[in-house]
Amino acid sequence: MTISWYLAVSALIFAIGAGGVLVRRNPLVVLLCLELMLNAANLALIGFSRMWDNGQGQVFALIVMVVAACEVTVGLGVIVAMHRLRLPSDVDTMRELQG
Amino acid sequence: MSAVLFFIAAAGTLAGAIGVITLKDPFYAVLALVGHLASLAVLFLLLRAEFIAAAQVVVYAGAVMVLYVFVVSYIGGQNLASGQGPGRAGTFGAFACAGALVVELFIAVLGSGLRAIGTIGGHVAVGFGSPEAIGSLLLTKFLVPFEIASYLLLLAAVGAVTLARRRGGLDDQGDGTPTISVMDFMRPRPFGTGTMAEGFGHAEALSAAQSERRQERES
Repeated sequence: MTISWYLAVSALIFAIGAGGVLVRRNPLVVLLCLELMLNAANLALIGFSRMWDNGQGQVFALIVMVVAACEVTVGLGVIVAMHRLRLPSDVDTMRELQG
Repeated sequence: MSAVLFFIAAAGTLAGAIGVITLKDPFYAVLALVGHLASLAVLFLLLRAEFIAAAQVVVYAGAVMVLYVFVVSYIGGQNLASGQGPGRAGTFGAFACAGALVVELFIAVLGSGLRAIGTIGGHVAVGFGSPEAIGSLLLTKFLVPFEIASYLLLLAAVGAVTLARRRGGLDDQGDGTPTISVMDFMRPRPFGTGTMAEGFGHAEALSAAQSERRQERES
């Protein structure tokens, strides 16, 4: 399969993730949709890495995975703190910073 | 053979992604993401990224998803968003945005002047994408990003522990509205909270035993 097929799959996954962030209101599922978008970016990076026969894209993908793991850790910590403070787990009602 | 494998894995990734955003129960959404990640690892293997595929399965589909499952089961199903969604117009607008994004990405990536994306990629050297190749790149050319990534992980771990720590109740401003302040994160936690004992309901027993001991010491 040519690289363009992989890039098309990556674009579709990214758009599905973006649509999920817009549609879903549960913060846990919003985090999952962020994961989808990061993974789509990873697939494109690795596809380009294969295209140029160059390992640097794979190192970039590995760093993206590290950043995703950090984002998950902090995001889940925020969700647990929200649960402990009895705040509703609904991103539409979190308006504390809206001014 | 690789074409068949590609279509199976691509269908798996897309089905998993759609499952994540459509399934109501967050637990099933997490399981759909696990399937998505496993199929994505197959795609990585087809692109000769062996080490990334292994890391994807072990770190992502293994460790990170276990963290998700723990949080979903800790929070439970009763506290989750139960009200109506963004409404018919909002959902339609969101999917219109997503469709526009797909069209834009297709134009940007597939319509670009890159002639090499119509090929299956160059001739790969032996050991391309192996742990050895990635490791030598990480420890020579990309040493600084590698070290920064380790600091980032440390910061995230400390931040998560600080955020999720049990704090001593809520400050009430008299009218029953709970407030959160930065000082909540600085205060020492009450005895018996924030430990495994609390999770099993032993906090009261522990504090009772402690006060009993204190009384004995005083008398």
